[in-house]
Parts: sequence; structure tokens; C-alpha cells
Amino acid sequence: MSTTKKTLAVAGAVAAALTAVTAPHASAQAKEKCYGVSLAGDNDCAAGPGTTCAGTSTVDYQGNAWTLVDAGTCADMDLPAMADGTARNGSLEPLERDLPA
Amino acid sequence: MSREEQFTRAILDARLPVPEGLLDGVARPAGRRFSVYRNNVAVSLTEALHQGFPVIAKLLGQQNMDGLAAMYLRAHPPSSPLMMHYGAGFPEFLENLEQLSHLGYLGDVARLELALRCSYHAGDATPLDPARLSAMAPQDLMRCRLHFAPAMGLMRSDWPIFSIWRYNTEPNAPKPQAGAEDLLITRPDFDPIPQLLPKGSAVWIAALQAGETLGDATDAATNEFPDFDLSAPLALLIEGLALTDLSQ
Repeated sequence: MSTTKKTLAVAGAVAAALTAVTAPHASAQAKEKCYGVSLAGDNDCAAGPGTTCAGTSTVDYQGNAWTLVDAGTCADMDLPAMADGTARNGSLEPLERDLPA
Repeated sequence: MSREEQFTRAILDARLPVPEGLLDGVARPAGRRFSVYRNNVAVSLTEALHQGFPVIAKLLGQQNMDGLAAMYLRAHPPSSPLMMHYGAGFPEFLENLEQLSHLGYLGDVARLELALRCSYHAGDATPLDPARLSAMAPQDLMRCRLHFAPAMGLMRSDWPIFSIWRYNTEPNAPKPQAGAEDLLITRPDFDPIPQLLPKGSAVWIAALQAGETLGDATDAATNEFPDFDLSAPLALLIEGLALTDLSQ
């Protein structure tokens, strides 16, 4: 492609993008509505740990922690099949062949 | 071993005895109090990992996640008091565990969760007025460079990480299909939003991030993906308020 043609193609594509988003904020909000559903009662997750009262737990997990450490944890970890039920997927499926018995 | 070291090691290993010389308010040995404290450290870091990696926790199940957290928090105790950044080494930790090697996508899914958190906590920036782009002459456009908001993130993966993430966070999301996926994280309002990028877009954005001109970045993307069309990723960037400035 000649330089002129390329320049015009890029300018055209930029113009197309700008037309597609004449009201950037409005469409961004529309999108947030769509994604916001899952984030709704769950705002803390987006912020991550330490932003609420993580660390103030008084639950006694001591015995539990012992077991997990002593058992060597992952050695006999029995992983559930992927929650997304990949049964019909091409490349995700073979991954499950190697699940430890 | 100094007393501080002894204390720190005993905090992270419940098999070690309570450090000597710890007293409670009335000068009695504070053995049980130390155990409570030791327990709270483990519990709160485990909870932090659950909160920071909800999709990984969902994929692996509560019990496995607890077990992994117990290993991780002892191998990688926090290096900063800012808990919202805890778990930076978790993706690599997952990838290096032989027991999880058949689930190759876990590392990148964890990276996505980490990137969303980083985006959430990134600084604010004034977005670029799109009118500045439309006002440019075609030759100037080719030579211009774009600047990005701190909350923007770009990820490329050999795995369908966006689809896996969406399937595990949104009701009725389609099942993940095999294949590589690139994604863009923007934060137009308050929460970060990951979106799937069309082929070539990640090459284009990465080149722009590296400071290349619009013309050169477009060449780079088109060389790899002849059908690349910059209007899709540019629209996503503008919509996501991910552009802050342009320069010549």
C-alpha cells in the first residue's frame, strides 16, 4: 500500500472509531450497567483485600491450618472439573485428561 | 537467631513453639494469645487471597483454595502493609505447582484478577477529548503518539482467559471456547472493565504504549494480522476513557 493510501486508510479508521463513540460517556455507562450486574453487591471484590475488615477475623482456624500444612496439601489435591464445564471445548478438554487419579 | 526473626518464623509456622518471653498485661506467659495472633495472621491472609482471586477460588473450590493459600502465605508473607496489593506472586506460584500443571490457564486467570485490582487502585487521569483526534490532518495522525490512563491494562494470553473469567463471574455467560485471547482493561467510571480485543489490537496498543507513532503501530499490527482494523480498539479506548493525551 502506498504511503498516501495508508495515511487515508488510518484517517478513515480513526474517523470510524470516533463516529462509533460520539457519546463516549453514555456508552461507557451502558456497558457498566451490563457488567455492573455481577459486580453489584460485590464492590469489595473489585477493591481487593484489606479494603474492608479483612484481618479482623476471630474465627479459630488453627486446627484447620495444621491439617492443611501437614497433609502436604496439593500432593493429593483432587481438583474439581472446571466450573465452566468445558466438556465440549477443544483445547480445554484435553487438559482434563491428566487429572490425577 | 534474633528475637524478631524467631517471632516472625513462629508466626508463619504453627509447628514452632511460642517464642519465649511473651507476657500478657499482668505478666503471665502469653502463650495462648500468641496462638490466637498466629491464627489470625493465617486466616486473614487466606481471606485476602480468596477476596483477591475470586475466580481462582471458584475454579479450584473453597478447600483447595484454602490449602493453596496456606502454602502461599507462608512462602510469600506480605511485603507491604497495603493488603489490596497482596498476592502479586500468586499467578507464578500457581504456575510452578506441579499438581496444577494440567490447568495451564490458572496463572493467566490469576494475572487477570490481579490486573483488575491494579486498575481499580490506579490513579485518576483526565481523559483525552476525542475532538482533538478528529481535528487532526491525516499526515499528523500518522505521526502522533497516544498516552494512556494509569488504570488501563493490556493482557495477552494463550488461553481464553477473558471467557473463563466471564463465565465464572457473569450469569448466563457463554462457555469458553478454546484459543488465545487478548483483553483490554479500562476504568471509565469506578470499576475496572475487562473486554475482549479483536485480533491484532493488542499488538497495536502495545506498540503505542511503547511510544511508537500511530502509523508505525498500525504497520506493526497489520504485518501480523493483515485484517487488522484500528477503529475497533480505538473505539474501546475512547469509550473506556483510557486515552489521556496525544503528542507529535
